[in-house]
Amino acid sequence: MDEQTTFLGFRRPDGRFGSRNYVAIIPVDDLSNAVVEGVARIVPGVLALPHPYGRLQFGDDLELHFRTLIGTGLNPNIAAVVVVGIEPNWTDRVVKGIQASGKPVVGFSIEGHGDTDTIARASKKAREFLQDASEQNRESCSIRGQVFSIKCGESDTTSGLGSNPALGVAVDWLIDRGATVIFGETSEITGAEHIIARRCANDQVRQKYLALHEGYQQFIKDTGFDLLGSQPTQGNIAGGLSTIEEKAMGNIQKTGTRPVVDALEPAFAPTVTGLNFMDSSSAAAEYITLMGAAGSIFHFFTTGQGNIVGNPVVPVLKTTANPKTATTMSEHIDVDVSPLLSLEMSLDEAGSQLIAMMFRILNGRLTASEVLGHKEFVLTKLYRSA
Amino acid sequence: MGYGFLIHGDEDHVGVAVRDLTRGETITGSFQRGKKEMTVTLRDDVPLGHKVALQDRQIGEPIVKYNEVIGLATIPIAAGDHVHVHNIRSVRWG
Repeated sequence: MDEQTTFLGFRRPDGRFGSRNYVAIIPVDDLSNAVVEGVARIVPGVLALPHPYGRLQFGDDLELHFRTLIGTGLNPNIAAVVVVGIEPNWTDRVVKGIQASGKPVVGFSIEGHGDTDTIARASKKAREFLQDASEQNRESCSIRGQVFSIKCGESDTTSGLGSNPALGVAVDWLIDRGATVIFGETSEITGAEHIIARRCANDQVRQKYLALHEGYQQFIKDTGFDLLGSQPTQGNIAGGLSTIEEKAMGNIQKTGTRPVVDALEPAFAPTVTGLNFMDSSSAAAEYITLMGAAGSIFHFFTTGQGNIVGNPVVPVLKTTANPKTATTMSEHIDVDVSPLLSLEMSLDEAGSQLIAMMFRILNGRLTASEVLGHKEFVLTKLYRSA
Repeated sequence: MGYGFLIHGDEDHVGVAVRDLTRGETITGSFQRGKKEMTVTLRDDVPLGHKVALQDRQIGEPIVKYNEVIGLATIPIAAGDHVHVHNIRSVRWG
């Protein structure tokens, strides 16, 4: 396989490297979206991240909200951050969280000033941050110690057959070179959780993993619904999947074969190098937003029928083994691994192609979803607000 | 190369059709890792993405794919049979 192990990234004060160099304007709450979008109109080069939450959340849900916003600000793909909130206390909390990285960050609250004055003050800072960021050059850095993430979506029989095993080859390759890779999709792994449990590096990780999995099962039970009884779906069965174990096994092919070194709650950054599990929704946009908050600088996404997701902070490489999708939706596909199905391409070759394209994108090539303007920033909400 | 199915794991009891396969055809498949091949004569039609039995399995015996148990045989299965919900079931549900 390709032995390139370095890319040209943007060095951050905390020693990490980004594949992108954004100045992000992050609202603490839904009310502040208007100001954030106002700043982005005056200083068009910045990255506005509007979202619909942040008021009257409480408990674990509020903690996840803060963790996601702070984690997004900490992501190495972001050079500097302007935080905007309706009131100063929560705004400060997000600013302080991001300050830990040493990157430039400043907060503005709207109460006592109004929108227009806040837009004016925040725009001045955004302009300064953007000019500073524009002078930063890419420099050579190793993939060792960098954080990557993976997911599949709109999966079909070609996913378990081709694209997921190919991504598994790429994930093993990254882990063996000292990178960290995060996988998740708690719901989709049900049926193969005993196999993930077996792959956990030690009993402590295994217990953490199984507790997260059990928590998810309990959550579903408490809603009174039975998601498991409906698996595999009628569409899955039509495609040839016979049991929930088979479906889940197809999913986890993309995790490769290396040990699971830690199990994380949503939006926590990994602290152990290697393959990490994160308890997470399987909805694509929510999932990648959580991965960005955990520090992922690059995301691999395998698709069967053609998921079109992108993320504003984390470049998303999309690949398919479905020849029809590769043709009809080629504008969304970065790497076509459909020759796997005709056995004209080996898994190792497909894995090499994914890694080669990963380096090009890390170095600055725009992904299909970046070119098409996909900026899905979707916060995971655990339950309704007060 | 003309392979009709591929086999994910060395211990697998099933191959996966990479095109629509027809009953009566004698088809060669390839293991996804390594250069090994295997040939079966189909006793059923097997659509793209569906499974074909590579060996006989008795009632209650495990069915292995990806080197892992994905279900149990609910009726006797012969090499060349279409393997699906009519002859295997989940170990965990149903």
